[in-house]
Amino acid sequence: MPNSNDEPGTRETGRVELAVVGAGPAGLAAAVTAADHGLDVVLLDAAAAPGGQYYRSPAEGLGATRPGALHHDWPTFTELSARLAAHRDTGTIRHLTGHQVWTVERTGDGDWILHAVTGADEEVRTAVRARRMLLATGAHERQLPFPGWTLPGVVGAAGAQAMLKSGLVLLGSRIVVAGSGPLLQAVALSLTRAGARVPALVEAAGYGAYARAPRVLAANPGKAAEGARFAAELAGARVRVLSHRAVTEVHGDERVEAVTVSRVDRRWRPVPGTGRRIACDALAVGHGLMPQLDLAVAAGCGTRPGPDGTHAVTLDEQLRTTVPGVWAAGESGGIGGVELALCEGELAALSVVREIRGGVRGREARRAVALRRSRRRLRAFADLMGAVHRPGPGWREWLTDGTEVCRCEEVGAGRIRTACEELGAGDTRTVKLLTRAGMGWCQGRTCGFAVRELAAAHGGGQEPGGPDRRPLACPVKLSTLADLSGPG
Amino acid sequence: MLTRRPLDVVIVGAGMVGAACAYYTSRSGLSVAVVDRGPVAGGTTGTGEGNLLVSDKVPGPELELALLSASLWRQLSEELPKGIEYELKGGVVVAASENSLAALTATADAQRAAGVEAYHVTSDRLRDIEPHLAPDLSGGCHYPQDAQVQPALAAAELLSAATRAGALVRPGEEVAGILRDGKGAVRGVRTARGELHAPVVVNAAGTWGGDLAALAGVNLPVLPRRGFVLVTEPLPRLIRHKVYAAEYVADVSSGSAALQTSPVVEGTPAGPVLIGASRERVGFDRTLSVAVISRLAAGAAALFPALADVRVMRAYHGFRPYLPDHLPAIGPDPRVPGLFHACGHEGAGIGLAPATGLLIADAIRGERPALDLGPFAPDRFDATCHVT
Repeated sequence: MPNSNDEPGTRETGRVELAVVGAGPAGLAAAVTAADHGLDVVLLDAAAAPGGQYYRSPAEGLGATRPGALHHDWPTFTELSARLAAHRDTGTIRHLTGHQVWTVERTGDGDWILHAVTGADEEVRTAVRARRMLLATGAHERQLPFPGWTLPGVVGAAGAQAMLKSGLVLLGSRIVVAGSGPLLQAVALSLTRAGARVPALVEAAGYGAYARAPRVLAANPGKAAEGARFAAELAGARVRVLSHRAVTEVHGDERVEAVTVSRVDRRWRPVPGTGRRIACDALAVGHGLMPQLDLAVAAGCGTRPGPDGTHAVTLDEQLRTTVPGVWAAGESGGIGGVELALCEGELAALSVVREIRGGVRGREARRAVALRRSRRRLRAFADLMGAVHRPGPGWREWLTDGTEVCRCEEVGAGRIRTACEELGAGDTRTVKLLTRAGMGWCQGRTCGFAVRELAAAHGGGQEPGGPDRRPLACPVKLSTLADLSGPG
Repeated sequence: MLTRRPLDVVIVGAGMVGAACAYYTSRSGLSVAVVDRGPVAGGTTGTGEGNLLVSDKVPGPELELALLSASLWRQLSEELPKGIEYELKGGVVVAASENSLAALTATADAQRAAGVEAYHVTSDRLRDIEPHLAPDLSGGCHYPQDAQVQPALAAAELLSAATRAGALVRPGEEVAGILRDGKGAVRGVRTARGELHAPVVVNAAGTWGGDLAALAGVNLPVLPRRGFVLVTEPLPRLIRHKVYAAEYVADVSSGSAALQTSPVVEGTPAGPVLIGASRERVGFDRTLSVAVISRLAAGAAALFPALADVRVMRAYHGFRPYLPDHLPAIGPDPRVPGLFHACGHEGAGIGLAPATGLLIADAIRGERPALDLGPFAPDRFDATCHVT
C-alpha cells in the first residue's frame, strides 16, 4: 500500500504482478480481466474517473442525467466499471486515478518502475514497481495545418467531442466539421444533438473507397450498418456531407467567421477554382487519431508504420511487444476503435495470465481463440479505414509559406522547406534541430505528423524517421526529478 | 557528378567537425564531398549543448586548440547567418567549498598564464553577475571567452557555406569501404550509391570514428561516453552565463567508466534552460536513466534554487566520442597514406571544430599547421594504449 505520508518525496508501492497504464476501454478491459484471474493489478490513469477519452464522463456537479446519450455502447462501460469497483473493493485492483505516468524504467532484476505524478503541482509522486506492464495509452488526434487553423474557434474534432462529453458545452452555434475519418460523423451528430447547427461535414477522402475491400466489409457487417446509420442520421439532422473536399482556409479577424471548402482530388490536391465559402462560427477539424507511444518507445518497444501513416507498437498475436514483460492493447498497437480496444484489452490480459500460470484452462483458451479471431477481423477493418483516410500528399499544396506548422514555436511551412532544401534536413529530428518545430509545449505531438510529411517531401529522399523519442511522457518539475535521487 | 572536377577530399561525417573540415577545405580551393550515413548533424552534434569553452581545459594542447577555435568562432559568427545563435556569453565556474575554491583558483592561475582570461569572483560578488545563484557558494571564476552556439544550425550553415564554395554534401549515404591503391594509399570510399574517388579521406565520423578507421585497417580506440541533457520550459532570461560547478573540470578529465555528474546550467536564446552534464561509459545504451537525470536535476536545483519549480520538457542523451587520453585525433595517419582523422573530441567537439577544420585543411594542402599536431597523432595508441 502507498503510505499516507505527505512529506515531499516519492511513495513507493510494493511490487505487483501487473501494472496497467490507461483506464480507457483497452486498459479497463485488461485490468478487470487480469483481476478476474486473480492477478494483483495496479491501474494508473491520468483522469479522475475511468473510461479514457472514449467513455469520458461529465464532471460531477454538472447535473448530467444521461451521459450515455453521447456514447455508443454505454452498457459495456457500466458493466466494466462495476467489475472494476468490485475488484477495487477486494483490493485486487488498486486504481490510481489522477496519476500521470511520466516515465518507465527497468530495474536490474527485470521489474518495471512506473513513475507518476498527481495534481497540478505534482504534490504526490508515486513509483509503482511491477513485474509486468501493459500499456493502453490510447491516442491523440492527428492534425494537419492549413491557413488560419490557429484562429480561435478552430478546435480538434476529438477535442470538440471531449468538450461535449465532459463539460456538455458547445463551442459555437454554427459549426463546420472537417478533416477525414469516421470520428467526424460521430462528432457532427453529437454537435447537432447538443443543439448546434452543422452546415457541412467536409471529408477529404471518399466513403466509396471502402467498397474496394468487399471481403473486409463482408466480415464486418456491423461496421457497414453503422456507416449506413450514420448517413441516415446525418441526413435527418440536415448535415450536408461533402466528400472529396477539404477546408483549405479559415477566415476571420478575432475568431472564425467562415471557411473555404475546396474540392480535392484523390491525392488530396485542391482543385483550383472550386473554393466555396461557408459561414460558421466554429470549425471542428481532425484527421483521425495517432497512437500515444511515448511510454512504449521509452521502454524500448519496437514500432511499425501502419497503413494510416502513423506508427504503432509492434505486437504479436499474444499482444506482446518486442520487449519481454511488456504488453500493449488498443490504440497503442494501431488505431482501431473501441470494439477492438475492448477485445485487445481482454486478450492481452489473458496472455499475461497465460504467461504467469504457464497456460490457461479450457474455457479461457477458447475465449482467447474467439478474441483472436475477432481481433483479426477488426484489425483488417481498421487497416482498411486507415488506408482510406490516410492524408494524401496533396494536402501540402494548401499551405502557404507563412502557414504555421508548429504552433508552439511558431514555425511556418516555408522555414521547414528551407531547412530541407537549403540546410540538408530530411527527417523530423533534423527539421526540429534546425527550425525548433516540435520543441515547444506539445513536444511535436500536434505537428509531428505534418513535419514528417514535409520532411519526406522536401528532404531529397532521406528516411524521415520513426516515432519521436520522448522519454519524459509529460513535463515534470525539476524538484520532482531531483527528489528521486534521495539524500546523498 | 559527371561534369564535376575530380574530388580532392572525401569527408566522412556531416556533424560539426566534418562541417568545419568541409568549410575550411572547400574555401581553400579544394574539391570536396561530404558523406554521412545519417542526416546533417544527426550524431553527437545534434545532441550537444553547443559549448565553446576554454574554462574547462587545463593548459596543454587541448587548451591551445580551444583558444585558436575561440578566435575562429568569433570570425565565423560574422561570416555565418545570425541564426546559429553564437553568443559570447562567458562562463562562470562556482565552488561550493573552500577546498574546491582553492583548486579552482589554482587552475585559473595556470590558465591565465596560458592566455586564458579568468577573473576571480568572491562569494559576495557572484550574485552580481549571476543573480539567481544559490547564496551559500564559496566563490567562483568568470571566463569571458566562453561562448555558446546552436550546434545543429551551425553545422548546417557551415555545410551550406561549403556547398556554395563547391562542396558536395550527401547525407543518408553510408561508407561501406575505403578504397586503397596497390601501395595501400587511399583512393576514395565505396558507399551504397557507388564510389567516390579522391586521394584524401577525412575521418570525421565522431563517436563512430573507430569503425571508420577499422575500415581502413587501423586502430583508433574511440568509445562512446554517454551524457544526458535536460531541457526546461522556456523561461525569461534567468541565467546569463554558462554556469557550472568546479567539479566539472575534474569529471571531464576523468578516465573512469563510472557515472559522474556535475551540474552545468545555461539559458538559451529560445528560452529553455539546458542542464547537463553526466558522463558514463555504458556503450550505446539509449534508454533513459532515471538515476542520472535525477542527479542532474538535483545538482541544477542546488546551484539555482529558483529552478526547482520549473518544468522539464524533455530529456535526451548523446554519445561523446572519447579517446583514452581525452585528446582528439587530428591529422594524417602515417599508417595509411591519404587517410586523415578529425574525431574523438569527446564533449568539446563543437568548440574545437573550427581549429580542427583549419588544421586539417592546412595538413591536406601540405602547409605548416598553426599548431603542432604531435599530441593529436592518430597512431599514438598503437604502442601504449590498452583499450578497456
